[in-house]
Amino acid sequence: MARTIPLTLIAFSIGLVLAVVTALFRLSGIKLLEIIARIYVSIIRGTPLLVQLYIIFFGLVSIGIEVDPFPAAIVGFSLNTGAYASEIIRAAIQSIPKGQWEASYSISMNYGQALRRIIIPQATRVSIPPLSNSFISLVKDTSLASTIMVTEMFRKSQEIVATTYEPLLLYTEAALLYWTICFLLSLGQDAIEKHLNRYVQT
Amino acid sequence: MLSINNLHKQFGDLVVLNGIDLKVETGKVVVVIGPSGSGKTTLLRCLNVLETPNQGELQINNQTLDFSTKVTKKNIQSFRKQTGMVFQTYNLFPHKTAIENVMEGPVIVQNIKKQKAREKARQLLEKVGLGDKMDYYPFQLSGGQQQRVGIARALAMEPEVMLFDEPTSALDPELIGEVLQVMKELAEEGMTMVVVTHEMGFARDVADEVIFMEGGHIVEHGHPSEMFSHPSNERTKEFLNLLSE
Repeated sequence: MARTIPLTLIAFSIGLVLAVVTALFRLSGIKLLEIIARIYVSIIRGTPLLVQLYIIFFGLVSIGIEVDPFPAAIVGFSLNTGAYASEIIRAAIQSIPKGQWEASYSISMNYGQALRRIIIPQATRVSIPPLSNSFISLVKDTSLASTIMVTEMFRKSQEIVATTYEPLLLYTEAALLYWTICFLLSLGQDAIEKHLNRYVQT
Repeated sequence: MLSINNLHKQFGDLVVLNGIDLKVETGKVVVVIGPSGSGKTTLLRCLNVLETPNQGELQINNQTLDFSTKVTKKNIQSFRKQTGMVFQTYNLFPHKTAIENVMEGPVIVQNIKKQKAREKARQLLEKVGLGDKMDYYPFQLSGGQQQRVGIARALAMEPEVMLFDEPTSALDPELIGEVLQVMKELAEEGMTMVVVTHEMGFARDVADEVIFMEGGHIVEHGHPSEMFSHPSNERTKEFLNLLSE
């Protein structure tokens, strides 16, 4: 728990920033930025998360880049979240009607003002359910960090099992803890959705 | 004064505006009519530079945009500040209440203090008859009320010219009157207006000049009384007959 939760929170926050930047690159209409975003998303989505973690932690050492387990995990999970979430955010931005941009421009807003004040707030509402999916997946995916020596929840369970020989009990307990975290997160999702739905007819 | 010189706009091979010349004196109301596809909405969108004309010149007071040269974003934005746009589908910001919709431009674009902007927005909403709906979200308002918020939102930027793109076309018949009434009051206060509409009653009562457009041209223009009683052009006659059927 002491590692799983900060790992998730930090990686998700950085991942979200990456995702917004990547989505804006994709939608920028500037070929170079578009290509950068496409390549990034393609590489991350096209390779297993476990392999990415291995490259960052075990692989980079051979070219002289040594990363501690925890920061290596942060980098891996952030990059991963950023790629997947960028597609969610891109879709959410594109789902906002063109008339909203035009209304913004008609009162003399510039691109940045329209994006920040009008488009992103509405896109946020649309993207909460799929982003919650990513967040919840990330909580569970952090168990993969055990393979690169991060003593998060799952690795801790393994260590205890090694001394007590009670795998069923301990792994079940780990499962229950993951489930509890995810359950609390989905309650949070409900609360945010309720708040953001205040301005739509239900 | 608004003046349009030799304005051209095409989408790919499709020529939508084919050399439009028009002058609108300050305080006058021009109503643009014409069949669908005649270019009237595109003309209005060019005046707000939501569409960039391919050729021609726009001028409001002493600001000019000449589209035969390269026009920068900055020029467009500063030109736009002189025009207010009212959309057929209102395009209110759904995540903001009526008063927040009206305050948004002054606060974000003009950097006016929130409190001052709120006061001004309150006055504008009262003016359009929505003093009691200020804290409602758009979805809680009828179409006519939403469109009146739209008018207040455009007025909040203190434009020189107000542009109306079929402002009542999406409304139920019983809600049209309240929007036209607000527009009529604006006209009486001396606002310069360009209105694309099919409301001939409004054109007759309020317009100083009616423009009939077809095929990207201005086919005929004149005072509404002459135009409606003795249209000189065959196509204008046909169109007006169709409308009165």
